[in-house]
Amino acid sequence: MSFDASTARGDLILTRITKSYGDFKAVDDLSLTIPKGSFFALLGPSGCGKTTTLRMIAGLEEPTVGSIHLGETDITTTKPYQRPINTVFQNYALFPHLTIFENIAFGLRRRGFKDVDAEVNKVLNLVELPHLASRKPTQLSGGQQQRIALARAIVNRPALLLLDEPLGALDLKLRRQMQIELKWIQKEVGLTFVHVTHDQEEAMTMADTIAVMNEGQIEQMGSPADLYDNPETAFVANFLGQSNLIKGTISGNDGDSLVADLYGQKISLPKSRSHATDNSIYAGIRPEKFRISLLNTPVSGNVLSGGHIEDVSYIGVSTQYQVAMPWGQELIVFEQNDDGVAPFKKGDAVNISWEPIFTFALRGDEDVTAGSEVNPEVLDEE
Amino acid sequence: MSKKIADPTIPKIPAAAKFQRWFGRNLIRVYMVIAFTYLFIPVAYTFAFSFNDAGKSNLIWKGFTFRNWQNPCGAPEVCSALANSIKIGFLATLFATILGTMIAFAIGRHQFKGRSTSNLLIFLPMATPEIVLGASLLSLFLVFKINPGFWPTVIAHVMFCISFVVVTVKARIASLDPRLEQAAMDLYANEFETFRRVTLPLVAPGIAGAALLAFSLSFDDFIITNFNSGTVITFPKFVYTAAARGIPAQANVIGSGMFFLALAIVLAGQFVNGRKAR
Repeated sequence: MSFDASTARGDLILTRITKSYGDFKAVDDLSLTIPKGSFFALLGPSGCGKTTTLRMIAGLEEPTVGSIHLGETDITTTKPYQRPINTVFQNYALFPHLTIFENIAFGLRRRGFKDVDAEVNKVLNLVELPHLASRKPTQLSGGQQQRIALARAIVNRPALLLLDEPLGALDLKLRRQMQIELKWIQKEVGLTFVHVTHDQEEAMTMADTIAVMNEGQIEQMGSPADLYDNPETAFVANFLGQSNLIKGTISGNDGDSLVADLYGQKISLPKSRSHATDNSIYAGIRPEKFRISLLNTPVSGNVLSGGHIEDVSYIGVSTQYQVAMPWGQELIVFEQNDDGVAPFKKGDAVNISWEPIFTFALRGDEDVTAGSEVNPEVLDEE
Repeated sequence: MSKKIADPTIPKIPAAAKFQRWFGRNLIRVYMVIAFTYLFIPVAYTFAFSFNDAGKSNLIWKGFTFRNWQNPCGAPEVCSALANSIKIGFLATLFATILGTMIAFAIGRHQFKGRSTSNLLIFLPMATPEIVLGASLLSLFLVFKINPGFWPTVIAHVMFCISFVVVTVKARIASLDPRLEQAAMDLYANEFETFRRVTLPLVAPGIAGAALLAFSLSFDDFIITNFNSGTVITFPKFVYTAAARGIPAQANVIGSGMFFLALAIVLAGQFVNGRKAR
């Protein structure tokens, strides 16, 4: 190598990356900038190209076309060991023949680092497992292995830390705990984290910025709140939580708002949340934004009337209702159980209302089921 | 506890059913004892007769003695034959292990034209009858005007040992998670360092196993050796020739010695693995 990529620092910039396997494009013309110091998540269902993207950043795959820059340095074709990037692998990939200490020291020793002992002990203390230094990986629990894999990567102080479904093998409770710990460690060491996951909750809990990937491309990028409250596509609306998408047409214009006609009932929605390209839209409302009221109760905001309670599921903190609307659609409503009012009963005739600000609009030609049929909890990545 | 069981209102399990249960649980043990008896009777016989105070022939028990063990080279030629076998075995193992390991890595780790054919061809020497291999090798050596002897025997042994080495090492490589090597590369180890620090240590047990297998195959071989060794006497050849006039008890000593050596190696391996796992 005529230049040294290993000292590169700065934002990670992917420019028009495509990775093809024969006719199949795993990653399709993807451009992305990951700011230095951020906690960035690549979120998507199995086979969306997020792992391939991660492997190209790590240097384990080479893009078919496109370039990868770290700051000013082009690292597109450099070898993994020439990049200041470390990975926490999905199955941790700890070296079974080496002790925990030697696993963590591996990267430091390869670079001829002087004070290996001090650095390893420091990072072992950071992950709170200093007593395991002389054990072998097989003697550790899943959660402990996960932390050692993290320690082995961050001890090198890389410009970029890649996490490939790092919590996938842990049980739910441990996963929640590790999510908080990872976030804390990222703040503590101040590295750029790029986290690949199919778990939308995990991405939303940890990341500053999420890029939702689908079929090799980025559907939408933004903060968790942005993506959740103002999704631009049906895929994002369905993949991140649940959405009620109701077909309609834009019928008017009222200052900062648009007026839409949903099966003969007029509602209003903010212009800034409309991603429609013509008058045909899907109006989207998250289930927890809806309120249910009996017919004669006065309500404000947007109202859809003529509903019947079709099903009631009591889930402790909230009650989930399915409300059958006159045009044949069933809407999902989450009501907090915080008002001491007895839940509605099956068969009750009700109105549904919500604040107009919570409405978003998608293009009318979208596939409303996109992103909803994939159950991220069940599917396993590759 | 016992009082509760003695309670007459609790239904009893009939004796026949109890026996059936016992039999079901212990059938595997009974079978194991029979199988191991069958396997080890010849070994035990060899070992016992290594203590026989035999004269020329070691066929009839004539009394107990340690003399054979004290002087294992007592019988003429037995130790020079043993030395030849060890020399040939060592050289054959060395070459077969190096070459076989390289083939195993090529087949196990790389895509190339003719890979599946190589994979198939490597099994061929294992499937070919030794008598055919031995005879055709001899004629091959003679065509090239090479006289049978020590080196032709080594070459012949390398040839039939390679297949076993490839199969053994390949199995180990197949069980190796490629992500470990990727992790090593990710942690600043270049291709050579990755091989030296991760791949090789992890495949090493397979290579060691392959070497032991190669040695025992070479040491044990009679048919191919008989064709290609000319005047060189190996241990199996010695025993075969001696059988005509009576095998000396020293052969039993050496045979038993080999058995216990192999046993010791296996046990040591188990011990080391056991410690690693802990």
